[in-house]
Amino acid sequence: MTVAQEITNVPPEKLTIEGVSKSFKTRRATVHALDKVSLQIHEGEFVCLVGQSGCGKSTLLNIIAGLEFPDEGRVLADGQPVTGPGRERMVMFQEHALFPWLDVLDNVMFGLKLKPNLKRHERREVAQYYLKLVGLEKFTHANVHELSGGMKQRVALARALAPNPRVLLMDEPFAALDAMTREQLYGDIQAIWAKRRKTIIFVTHNVREAACLGDRVVLFSPNPGRIQEQFVVDLPRPRDINSVELARFSTEIREALKRYMKPETTESAE
Amino acid sequence: MKRSLVVVVFFLLLGVGWEVLYRLKIWSPVLVPSPVTVGEYLIGAVRDGTMWQATVVTMKRLLIGYLLSIVFGVPLGLLTARFKFVEDTLGVLALGLQTLPSVCWIPLALLWYGQTENAMLFVVVMGSLWSILIATDNGVRTVPPIYARAARTMGSKRMHTWIKVILPASLPFIVSGMKQGWGFAWRSLMGAEIYVTILTGFGLGHLLHYGRELNAMEQVIGVMLVIIVIGVLADKILFAPWEKFLYRRWGTAQN
Repeated sequence: MTVAQEITNVPPEKLTIEGVSKSFKTRRATVHALDKVSLQIHEGEFVCLVGQSGCGKSTLLNIIAGLEFPDEGRVLADGQPVTGPGRERMVMFQEHALFPWLDVLDNVMFGLKLKPNLKRHERREVAQYYLKLVGLEKFTHANVHELSGGMKQRVALARALAPNPRVLLMDEPFAALDAMTREQLYGDIQAIWAKRRKTIIFVTHNVREAACLGDRVVLFSPNPGRIQEQFVVDLPRPRDINSVELARFSTEIREALKRYMKPETTESAE
Repeated sequence: MKRSLVVVVFFLLLGVGWEVLYRLKIWSPVLVPSPVTVGEYLIGAVRDGTMWQATVVTMKRLLIGYLLSIVFGVPLGLLTARFKFVEDTLGVLALGLQTLPSVCWIPLALLWYGQTENAMLFVVVMGSLWSILIATDNGVRTVPPIYARAARTMGSKRMHTWIKVILPASLPFIVSGMKQGWGFAWRSLMGAEIYVTILTGFGLGHLLHYGRELNAMEQVIGVMLVIIVIGVLADKILFAPWEKFLYRRWGTAQN
């Protein structure tokens, strides 16, 4: 390595996805969920993965999380191969996945209790900080079933943020919520992302949502799951989901998405 | 408040109706004694300590046996749910033995252990162990996989996941299994105590049996009432707190 290279050497990408392939065998057929997918994600970047159902975007997220493993290729986090789930990469699922036997605070503390070197009261303080961040400091001791859908997802967000991961993996986290609640959460997630400097990978089939949140929108096509196109969204933040600029952007992405839609699957992207 | 009033009035009326039937002398007083006589028997039996002693003997058998069933049943249920091999062996065995009415264990227990405490413990354990085991197994199998996935992303591993996630997540099932197991154990123990004289201690079933031998209907009915009260209290003391917790946390009535 020359001196020039050494000086200009950039640190490894936060996440590197190298030629990842994955297929599932069902009784009827083999589904190629991912076919040689490669992607680079920088530190602090907000990347949205968009595509119609079955294009493998959730599978890719699970592989990055370390919950599933690729048939081929590999995922590097900070230059290290991912071998399993880790606190550095927290996941937020479409279902809130909160534990009903714990109250709100204990749910948020679950991950913190697994983090060494934290005293009892420190964990509590951290958990309370994140509950405040998502605006639920008044619901510390509420039970999960007492919360609305949006509040549950906020708790899930606080729980994912609490162990202070560098990377946040979100799998259609707002898909089950009503439009009003979703719009609030778009604001919240942008604010938290800006404040806590996370790297976020956000899976969605909602193009407008992707354009609103992402620095970059990665378009997937199904059968086999491949990356088709990428869009850099350079609109100023915070972005409003209803703004005209955003609408123009999302139209462009939607047009592209339509080109890659496979006729055999009828479910449309919004 | 209003509901508890309804309960009180109902039972008062029941008692009054009983007394009326007794006074009408349709049946011999040997077969239908007055509730007052039953009350007198109960007061006497409590005063001279026989009722208390019998209750202690019975409850000791029940509680020790039941505790053993939980201590073994829950972990074994976790094992059958976790390992295919254990499921195919112990799991199948448990399923088979659970269908056996638990009183059917009494002859075997008496032959193996004689008329002793151990025979009684054995009957109680056989009555409750299998339903606790199977309920735990069922509970684990119905835990949504997303809980374990979420826990794993937060750094939870094998043992931790089982103790902190799978086990509490299956709590609604385990509690209902424990309740069912309690019912089976209680019934089979009473069966055993009535069926044979256990030399190591006279329990409530024994007292009931003696009521028959002495043709003392007030004793028979009195002991039956005590057995009912114990059943109700056990439900309130042992299970109501759990069910309250489940209701509060899960927000759904289990059972």
